[in-house]
Amino acid sequence: MTASPARLTRQDVEHVAKLARLALSDAEIDEFTGQLAGILEHAALVSALDTSDVAPTSHPLPLVNVFRADIARPGADRDEVLANAPAAESGRFRVPRILGEAP
Amino acid sequence: MSVITSANGTQWEIVSGLEVHCELATNTKIFCSCANRFGDEPNTNVCPVCLGLPGSLPVLNEKVVEYSLRVGEAFHFTVPASSIFHRKNYFYPDMPKNFQTTQYDEPICADGWLEVDGTRIGITRAHLEEDTGKSTHMGGDGGRIHGASHSLVDYNRAGVPLLEIVSEPDIRSAEQAAAYVDELRSTLKAIGVSDVKMEEGSLRVDANVSVRPVGTDGFGTRCEIKNLNSLKSLRDAMDFEAMRQIEILEDGGSIKQETRLWNENEGYTASMRSKEEAYDYRYFPEPDLVPVAPSDELRAHVRATMPELPAARRDRLKAELGISEQDARTLLSTDGLADYAEAAVALGAPPRDAALWSTQDVSAHLNLVGRGADASGLDPSLLVEILQLVADGTVSRNQGKEVFAAALAGEGRPGEIVVARGIAQVSDTGALAAVVDEVFAANADAVAQWQAGDDKMRKKKRGFLMGEAMKALKGQGNPQLLNQLLDERLP
Repeated sequence: MTASPARLTRQDVEHVAKLARLALSDAEIDEFTGQLAGILEHAALVSALDTSDVAPTSHPLPLVNVFRADIARPGADRDEVLANAPAAESGRFRVPRILGEAP
Repeated sequence: MSVITSANGTQWEIVSGLEVHCELATNTKIFCSCANRFGDEPNTNVCPVCLGLPGSLPVLNEKVVEYSLRVGEAFHFTVPASSIFHRKNYFYPDMPKNFQTTQYDEPICADGWLEVDGTRIGITRAHLEEDTGKSTHMGGDGGRIHGASHSLVDYNRAGVPLLEIVSEPDIRSAEQAAAYVDELRSTLKAIGVSDVKMEEGSLRVDANVSVRPVGTDGFGTRCEIKNLNSLKSLRDAMDFEAMRQIEILEDGGSIKQETRLWNENEGYTASMRSKEEAYDYRYFPEPDLVPVAPSDELRAHVRATMPELPAARRDRLKAELGISEQDARTLLSTDGLADYAEAAVALGAPPRDAALWSTQDVSAHLNLVGRGADASGLDPSLLVEILQLVADGTVSRNQGKEVFAAALAGEGRPGEIVVARGIAQVSDTGALAAVVDEVFAANADAVAQWQAGDDKMRKKKRGFLMGEAMKALKGQGNPQLLNQLLDERLP
């Protein structure tokens, strides 16, 4: 990949912030637009290199097939598990009203 | 193919592809050692990994890989040298990690197919993912999400291994969709990778539906229908959705690509979300899991241990037992029933009788015992013995059925039951003839009416005399012999 990416816009940052459920002020959007654009431009420098003979590296280790035997172990203690929850009811995690069906 | 004719006479057809989510019947979850078990107390099969606690790391269950390869063999998939997992990011309480670990563009199975009633349905891919937790919506109307005040989440199901099997848009009717799922289901069950219980959610179906005028070959805009919990829901929802789209198109409208929910009670689909609201999942490779590269040894092991698939078994049962496609399907639709019939044949029962008594009498017994009963615990020698008793005339066919039911219910061996209930069939010609003569003597007027009557009257009186004779024999006369004697002795 040698073409440089289109410059990151405020709209891109607003979209990413929304996906991450972050409420950003206008000033923060300006600030992060500059910072994120800088990161992308740095990545673009790497993209400019000829890497045609380098395999993609989604994993840093040359490992495959790390498996676990299909043998059940007892789960964690439920009281202990639910003690960490902001709210619990009837042995379950209690969550606020859900707006909309599951994705 | 199945054609839908609209009110104005235009002929339409459905174009559909299905996404089938199949829970794998492993002992443990896909990435941790928590038990994979339906119906346990909420949040008792959970641990730091499936609760997404910081610092916990997933490790893939080796059985999940083996089961995926079995699916690969059964549906003629290519299993690539290597496949990887991604993170699908979204915020929803059913996944405590805020992402679902799933395969994305490098699935474990690619390019398969399944033959359904002579038509090959392409299967694009089968990819692994983890199931989500189960939410219960409180304080609303009938457990619905709308109007609920809050929800309760059980993560026992979070991390249960799922294989999502995605078909090509090769399906052309609701009936064909149901037949595809049925064949898929029986095959998944036969290869032992899933218990495929739609009612428990271990097999779930989403249907993509569009319509087009018959004779055209483009694709219309499609809608995805969710919440299909049975083959009947699938058929009903697809037919409803097709009519809905046809009416819109014929009114000059256009279809909006969206996800719709099937309302089982009211029988309609309703919009759930449109394409514009579609989630942006920001998939990226899961850094905590290494690629899966099934070894040659594992591939060979799976190939060597594949059982006979339902389609092949149906063909064999039809040929070997001399039964119809429908009977073969019935034998295979109940756990252990075909095995029972085949075991009886191996012990010497006549093949066709063994098959038909299994589909009728063994099925009836299992229905009586209750839901979920299977034939695997039943003794095939009981059927062999019963068929022998019927063949040698000891009991009539109907008596045989009665004795067989009692034997299956555990009352003893068929021979013992015949003695204990005193229901042996009377096949002694002399004894039967004596009874016939007594009946004629006691019903001389009926005999006279038979003599004088037309065909209709003769038939009626003959039936009456036969009934009286059978009554005198307490229902235990050999009906063939009795009929023969009646014909011989009527004046």
